Amino acid sequence: MKETIAFTLNGRPASLEVDSSRMLLWVLRYDLGLTGTKYGCGEGLCGACTVIVSGKAERSCVLEMKAVAGKKVTTIEGLATNGELHPLQKAFVEHDALQCGYCTPGMIMNAYGLLLTNPHPSRSEIIEHMDGNLCRCGAHQRIVQAIETAAQRAGGA
Amino acid sequence: MRREYTGQGTVYEDHLKLDFSAATQAGPSLPLDRRQFLQLLGGGIIVCFTVPDSLGAQEGERRRGMGQQLPQDFNAFLRIAEDGRVSGFTGKVEYGQGIITSMAQILAEELDVPLDSVDMVMGDTDLCPWDMGTFGTMSTRIFGPALRAAAAEARAVLVGLAAEQLQAPKERLRTKAGAVYDEAGQKRISYAELAKGQMILRHLKGVAPKPVSEDTLIGKSVLRRDAAAKVTGQAKYAGDIKVPAMLHARILRPPVHGAGLIHADTSGARAIEGAQVIEDGDLIAVLHPLPDMAERALAKIRAEFDRPAPTVDDRTIFDHLLKAAPQGQTVAQGGSLEEGRKAARHIFDQTYLNSYVSHAPIETHTALAKIEGNKLTLWASTQTPFALKEAAASLLGFPAQNVRVITPFIGGAFGGKSNNQQAMEAVRLAKLAGKPVQVVWTRAEEFFYDTFRPAAIVKIQAGATEAGLITFWDYGVYWAGERGAPQFYNILNHRTVSYGSGWGSTPGSHPFATGPWRAPGNNTNTFARESHIDTLAAKVGMDPVEFRLNNLTDPRMRRVLQAAAKTFGWSPAKAPSRRGFGVACGTDAGTYVAHMAEVAVDKNTGNIKVKRVVCAQEMGLCVNPEGARLQLEGGITMGLGYALSEEVRFKGGEILDSNFDTYTIPHFSRLPQIETVILDAKDSPFQGGGEPPIICMGGAIANAVFDATGARLLQLPMTLERVREALFKRES
Repeated sequence: MKETIAFTLNGRPASLEVDSSRMLLWVLRYDLGLTGTKYGCGEGLCGACTVIVSGKAERSCVLEMKAVAGKKVTTIEGLATNGELHPLQKAFVEHDALQCGYCTPGMIMNAYGLLLTNPHPSRSEIIEHMDGNLCRCGAHQRIVQAIETAAQRAGGA
Repeated sequence: MRREYTGQGTVYEDHLKLDFSAATQAGPSLPLDRRQFLQLLGGGIIVCFTVPDSLGAQEGERRRGMGQQLPQDFNAFLRIAEDGRVSGFTGKVEYGQGIITSMAQILAEELDVPLDSVDMVMGDTDLCPWDMGTFGTMSTRIFGPALRAAAAEARAVLVGLAAEQLQAPKERLRTKAGAVYDEAGQKRISYAELAKGQMILRHLKGVAPKPVSEDTLIGKSVLRRDAAAKVTGQAKYAGDIKVPAMLHARILRPPVHGAGLIHADTSGARAIEGAQVIEDGDLIAVLHPLPDMAERALAKIRAEFDRPAPTVDDRTIFDHLLKAAPQGQTVAQGGSLEEGRKAARHIFDQTYLNSYVSHAPIETHTALAKIEGNKLTLWASTQTPFALKEAAASLLGFPAQNVRVITPFIGGAFGGKSNNQQAMEAVRLAKLAGKPVQVVWTRAEEFFYDTFRPAAIVKIQAGATEAGLITFWDYGVYWAGERGAPQFYNILNHRTVSYGSGWGSTPGSHPFATGPWRAPGNNTNTFARESHIDTLAAKVGMDPVEFRLNNLTDPRMRRVLQAAAKTFGWSPAKAPSRRGFGVACGTDAGTYVAHMAEVAVDKNTGNIKVKRVVCAQEMGLCVNPEGARLQLEGGITMGLGYALSEEVRFKGGEILDSNFDTYTIPHFSRLPQIETVILDAKDSPFQGGGEPPIICMGGAIANAVFDATGARLLQLPMTLERVREALFKRES
């Protein structure tokens, strides 16, 4: 059923009339044109669609629109501020922590979610938190290093 | 050094004899005429160059059996625009392997321009020179020299032009950072100024590239040039492309391979607002402006299929494949097996198996087709944009030059994105609907239509003397193909026979599609060979590394083995030493690799914990060492999957795995400590980088498990159940 859903998207108010049972992923990608959030599995099993909803990393492919009403949603497009890359984004670049890059937005957003609640995670905490995000190219070792670097520099900033 | 075999080819190029006809069935792409090309590009300087004969011959040789030739007069690999920026053109595509960076390095190096001024244009069939496809680890070793030759000739042409403009003898001129300098006269002219408004068609034959000793960019590690776009979500993949009025498609699929549609009631789908149902023969699809609404509408279709009774499953497949195997082809042969048997003190027979494995890229197959009048534009995740162009043109009855395939970034491929089924579906639906149509396969479709790495069998009989010399080697591989099959040890009496294609299937063989999977065939062959070599070493009572060196004279292989052993800290011991150390080595795409692994095996659960992997690779002249390390780490990590957990479960034509919950690819927590060594080989030509580092993972881990437990794993993947079974068998 269509209803008006209002939320904050990347720091700005957003409001749209939408079937509230639709998943956030498709609304982001096609209704709102934010294609940085990727489809990978559709069942919350790969993490390519990870976004932040009110401070927590969520799988947008299984998150209904009604669940984001009134919440703050951050996507990969909202991470850089004033053209300045977020420390996680910088660290991913510096560590070559990606190959095909398709899982990268989800990796960064999930890591961002970790640093919001745990600004200085141990290596095993990083691995545990990231374990459900899949990368087929095998950039894992560098992704862990990049998260460590970003955490050292900025913590949850 | 290339080793010749008495069989049909060399050890490295054998995969190229496999049949690409399905992917490249149409004729060669027509080169654009110069006027069309300039219209597409805007102004700038076009450098025509001729492919050096040696490269042309090499290319022709590599393309045998594929019904395709490189166009003889393909025009441009590069353009220098009026603002001084340089575009490099390649039909190769970027799916993570990093050639968007390394090719720019090659071009910048040879042309003498700053790396930052180079942009690569990739996989666009209107702009780029024809290409067979991005596979076989050929981008750097085959395309690299051609690109370098183009740049060398371009630079020489520019120097000639500068000599005229500066009125200085050519011999006095030097190039640097996009300009030509006359040091004596203290004069300078930039490439941009030379190119200004001019089109130059000058051929200079026989221009040699710079000597390697003068390279400053090739061999230097540079960061990925696509990273900034990828970390911000700005990088575009095929699914991120939008055009006005486009519709999203969801297609009705059969529940099992081989099923036929009896009846479909589409009324429920038609009732969904905005949904359009297409029914065209065997194709039933729902189109909708939103993909998730198309999915909902598809779910409303009631369809009945007749399901053929399953005849094979993931357990009986090996017996079935052995029975279905055609006559073998001898790939390599020498000496007398009979003499070898007589000379052996220990003779050992074994059969090795591996299951079907999925490519499972995180980006599913995606395409967007837009037809305007008699022109088609296609954006697709594909490893073969030029083959797609021909196929799409043929489907629509358009002349090939009216079809443009644009390949955005690809979210992983690994050999699985060469068939273009999803793109042909998009074309067909766009034609039927009269609107642009995007097809994005669901994860279940991705597993269902994947061209799996084939299940395969290897049977080996071999023998050795008491002193540890291998006296004969009798090797048969079924359904994996010959890539990586010919062994490289010093064995006088040997025979290698390949039964059945490496990836195509014949009727009655595989119950679904199979295809090339990262280093096709070589994972199967290297697992079997290196397991068997290890077994011989154990029978003779020698350390596995020492046994290999004892039977090796090839200096490149000895070098990678010794380098891996040094980094790993290998000390000689007879297996099983209980340390959990394993070694394997191999060759692929002209490159030599050796891997060492350390494992711990939980004897109760059967869990293999891979603690550490070292990989040493000698890949000729390495363009971007850090980029190559990424490939090594990627190969090791992806290789853990086929070694430990990945196998497609099926019953007849029904694929039982449809998502990542049951098909387990490597996770962060599975990750070993990884160390990579790239051996310096600056004086050798470019070799392959992306496929070789995966080939040893099955063998190195299986050998480490034997070293830890004394149990020999004979089937990949080494699941908990198979490890427990092997441990039980060893004890009883």
